[in-house]
Amino acid sequence: MAAYRYDYEVIAQWIEPAEKVLDLGCGDGDLLRYLGEARQVCGYGVENDPDKIVACVRNGINVIQADMNHGLAGFSDGFFDHVIMSLSLQAMHNTQGILAEMLRVGREAVVSFPNFGYWRHRQSILNGRMPVSESLPYQWFDTPNVRFFTIADFEALCADNDIVIRQRLAFDEGKAIIDEPNFLASVAVYRLGRELERG
Amino acid sequence: MTHARSVGIVTPRTARFDTALPLKSGGRLENYELVYETYGELDAARSNAVLVCHALSGSHHVAGRHVGEDQDSGWWNNMVGPGKPLDTRKFFVIGVNNLGGCHGSTGPRSINPVSGRPWGADFPFVTVEDWVDAQAKLADHLGIGCFAAVIGGSLGGMQALSWTLQYPDRVRHAAVIASAPKLSAQNIAFNEVARQSILTDPDFHDGNFYEHGVVPARGLRLARMVGHITYLSDDAMGEKFGRSLRHGKTRYSYDVEFEIESYLRHQGDKFARQFDANTYLLATRALDYYDPAFDHDGDLAAALAKARASFLVVSFSTDWRFAPARSREIVYALAHDRHDVCYAEIDCPAGHDSFLLDEPRYHAVLAAWFERIEVSGENGE
Repeated sequence: MAAYRYDYEVIAQWIEPAEKVLDLGCGDGDLLRYLGEARQVCGYGVENDPDKIVACVRNGINVIQADMNHGLAGFSDGFFDHVIMSLSLQAMHNTQGILAEMLRVGREAVVSFPNFGYWRHRQSILNGRMPVSESLPYQWFDTPNVRFFTIADFEALCADNDIVIRQRLAFDEGKAIIDEPNFLASVAVYRLGRELERG
Repeated sequence: MTHARSVGIVTPRTARFDTALPLKSGGRLENYELVYETYGELDAARSNAVLVCHALSGSHHVAGRHVGEDQDSGWWNNMVGPGKPLDTRKFFVIGVNNLGGCHGSTGPRSINPVSGRPWGADFPFVTVEDWVDAQAKLADHLGIGCFAAVIGGSLGGMQALSWTLQYPDRVRHAAVIASAPKLSAQNIAFNEVARQSILTDPDFHDGNFYEHGVVPARGLRLARMVGHITYLSDDAMGEKFGRSLRHGKTRYSYDVEFEIESYLRHQGDKFARQFDANTYLLATRALDYYDPAFDHDGDLAAALAKARASFLVVSFSTDWRFAPARSREIVYALAHDRHDVCYAEIDCPAGHDSFLLDEPRYHAVLAAWFERIEVSGENGE
């Protein structure tokens, strides 16, 4: 996880101090702990891996064991300022349902994911092999990822679902990518909202 | 971590209170006694006290063994002790028998000072809130202003939750395990079957059976049998007993044919010998009545708003008496109030009884949670 700390820093910049934050797929709770220290957020994590629940308890963060594919029905509309899903969207089956739920319970959603359209990944496919990289570190037969999509795919999905992209940052090995992100960036981070809530 | 050990031999103590305790029902107890045990040492700052609340049939005897016993008999011995999740090298742990109990605290078997005879059916109704009030008096007696934690499973979890609402400044952490914010109609229905089996036993004598020299053993036995069915999961019962036949073949009788019948009868008989029928009635009613959201138009988040503790909520996947969904009600209400809460849903086949087992993931969560709790670290006397 340490390799993706720049993802954490980007996310932290979008969080105002003392906000209510929900982190979906919070893992060991490192991001929430970071946001607690850097932004004094009132944070909750959702995780379904029993070992990671123990790690979260040890990390001193709030964590709720739940299967995100079954929605966030326990949280009321607009309760959170930000709902974060850091590098986990590609491991969710119910992509559209999750995005809709994030923007129901949160004013804004923050989503980061590995870009399948990254040039090294394309090169790997051209060479006839599924990509294995820093951002997609698993072999095809043991990957937890179930959705493989590019920056362009994601933005088309947002348009189809009336999700407004308020900000996008793209990176290659921690360096910001401005031009041709769908080709040159390995990871993208988005700030998302709904049309009606702008301003 | 060093090897987990036992707290060893423990001696129950009794605290007597001569200031009247007002009860939620409108009644009052002019004086009462509470029997309790402690494990570990209270630190100099009195910062490390943990209260363990017992469930329907539990007692003050949480860990270790009494003089003359050759093995540990505390009901939560796997949780409490040196090197165990609730580590008595760090914490000063208190177990107390609740008011209305039958393990030494003032209850229906005790002598009513007015009549000079056992209270029996005249013992006043006691609620979860009354139990917590009495526990707070014991805390005063022991010089404990604020608990590091209050913990309980099932009905004990309701007490832990109630502590955070009745005495928000006197509890820093609360663990609510295999519990619920109130009983469902089905829960009450099972309790009613248990109560009816006792109330209709001819030996019950309207609760005054002590004077007749009998106990309503048939009623208690049935009540316990029904209870045990709800404590286990269908799978656990199937795994443990299946359709195993006692005699290897059917004998066409109403004696024990299937092993599950033998198990229920054994549990029922054991319970009927030890437990008091009036206590059972009182405790199931305390369960029924508990509903902190009632005074808030059913809004649990509004009811929990006044809590200040940091919470741990734990449920078990196969518990259908207090299913995980019931724990989630508590969790989401706490989160709504921006309270600190960790929630673990433990995959365990044993049903409601899982909370008494030493399932490794369950104990790992508890151990991690207790490790996070800060205490002064300075030794007491």
